Amino acid sequence: MSNIVVIAEVRGGALKRPSLEAVTAALQLAGATGGKVTVVACGAGLDAACAELQKSGAHKVVAIDGATFANYSGDAWAKAIAEQCTAHAASAVLMAHTAMGKDLLPRVSALLDAGVITDVVAVGFEGGAFTAKKPVFAGKATMAVKATTNPFCASLRPNNFAPGCSATTAELQKLPAPAGDLLSVVKEIVAAAGGKTPLQEAKVVVAGGRGMKEPQHFKLIEDLAAAFGPGVAAVGASRAVVDAGWRPHSEQVGQTGKVVSPPLYFAIGISGAIQHLAGMRTARTIVAINKDADAPIFKVADYGIVGDAFEVLPALTKAIADVVKSK
Amino acid sequence: MDIVVCIKRVPATDTAIKIAADGKSIDPTGVQFELNAYDEFALEQALRIKEQLGAGSVTIVTVGPKDAKKQLDDGLARGADKAVLLSTTEWVYDGASTAAALAAWLKTVPCNLVLCGRQAVDSDNNQLPANLAARLGFGCVTEVSKLVLENGVFTAERDIEGAREVVTCKTPAVISCQKGLNEPRYANLKGIMAAKKKPFVEQPAQLGSKAMEIVSLTLPAARAAGKIVGTGADAVPALIAALRNEAKAL
Repeated sequence: MSNIVVIAEVRGGALKRPSLEAVTAALQLAGATGGKVTVVACGAGLDAACAELQKSGAHKVVAIDGATFANYSGDAWAKAIAEQCTAHAASAVLMAHTAMGKDLLPRVSALLDAGVITDVVAVGFEGGAFTAKKPVFAGKATMAVKATTNPFCASLRPNNFAPGCSATTAELQKLPAPAGDLLSVVKEIVAAAGGKTPLQEAKVVVAGGRGMKEPQHFKLIEDLAAAFGPGVAAVGASRAVVDAGWRPHSEQVGQTGKVVSPPLYFAIGISGAIQHLAGMRTARTIVAINKDADAPIFKVADYGIVGDAFEVLPALTKAIADVVKSK
Repeated sequence: MDIVVCIKRVPATDTAIKIAADGKSIDPTGVQFELNAYDEFALEQALRIKEQLGAGSVTIVTVGPKDAKKQLDDGLARGADKAVLLSTTEWVYDGASTAAALAAWLKTVPCNLVLCGRQAVDSDNNQLPANLAARLGFGCVTEVSKLVLENGVFTAERDIEGAREVVTCKTPAVISCQKGLNEPRYANLKGIMAAKKKPFVEQPAQLGSKAMEIVSLTLPAARAAGKIVGTGADAVPALIAALRNEAKAL
């Protein structure tokens, strides 16, 4: 029997959806081993998030709630969470592979003298050991591993598990946040300008490359993204245009940028260097628009238009806007 | 301030990965290796902090094969004062065992700041800096794209989903560096000549026990060949039709 602990992520009082996905993965593992799933959340003012977690399918929710945990502190939170992992005899500890998960779970795992398998896309339990699959080399290969430490820690790539939900309500244990000396602490969270859709959460990514010729021509890319309506599409960029200073690094798709996997991806004026393909090849549907019919991007694209982006984009933007309006 | 920069030798990002006969590692034939791109930002930041303070030292360290001396020499040529090779013959893919090796060595040297790249672009783990910080009892900020040091306290900025976090961190600290933090310098001839006289230490890595064993390494399935729906703006209706009816993407 193996108990699983899930570390939930709560920001501004709101539970992040990938935490519910982690509960699903935990239930899958617990089901295979006959263990219980406990979710641990840290923060200040966790009642609403806990109510949601109690309906996630987990067996128990532990809330470490109080003013000293109002702002994220990797060292303080990791210590409190590691204590709960030990108290609940966790054989596995799961969290979403988000900015917080990448910062927190390795710290928790070190305190538990365990390792962590990060950016995991599948978990299993075979022959008495936890197993996981993760992309390496920015997705150019997949590594399957077997855990050799107890507990086994894994951070899960968002959008790979359905979020958990249940008709029953899990037990809730409330603990006060401990006071203590914080080594690092978040002072301020500045929202991105213009309420942009985060690249890795967008349903549609419209990415532009050197074929756009000038930075101001990215207006055409932004227009196509906007045509999908608010909160749907995000703008992406190739490494070449980020290195040239046309676009911020936060928009870079590829091996030294972000790996995205949206339902729909547009590569516009992007030739398709191997580093870029690594960052978007798992998108469900890929559309490429490029002047060069021999561009490598057409080898991974489901649909291609050979043509000048400046001619195609206005027509495509109008057509998309019409489709969205007709819905 | 005594600064340690952790670097890794990785396959160049334009490498087409081939799987070796054992089915668990990459075939190194024809693979060019380079300094992990994010580690360049870490080294640059270390050199800038030393310049800002006008005192201290920058030591670069790697856990890796003897061939990683080339990347360490490059770091010395860019301005690091000393290089340390914690040598191993295996592929270093497990962040926890690497962190254990680095922590064991770091406890033997003076150090107030450890700078790392946010992740190595081979194993893509993104776990070593925070793991190492916990082992050392240091504060930590990961994926930093702005860093200011004032009165011994760091103020760092990092991107999170849809927002930016401002984080303060006491020293000693581990900071992992994201692209955008700075513009790395390259080695010049003077630096390359000076590097030859700088201290270089090699000793076996005390890797901790591994948290995982590789079962297999596989290539993803190739995408099915797509189709060109047409040329120029005239092809837009055909594209829309395909996205709606075939791909069900609209």
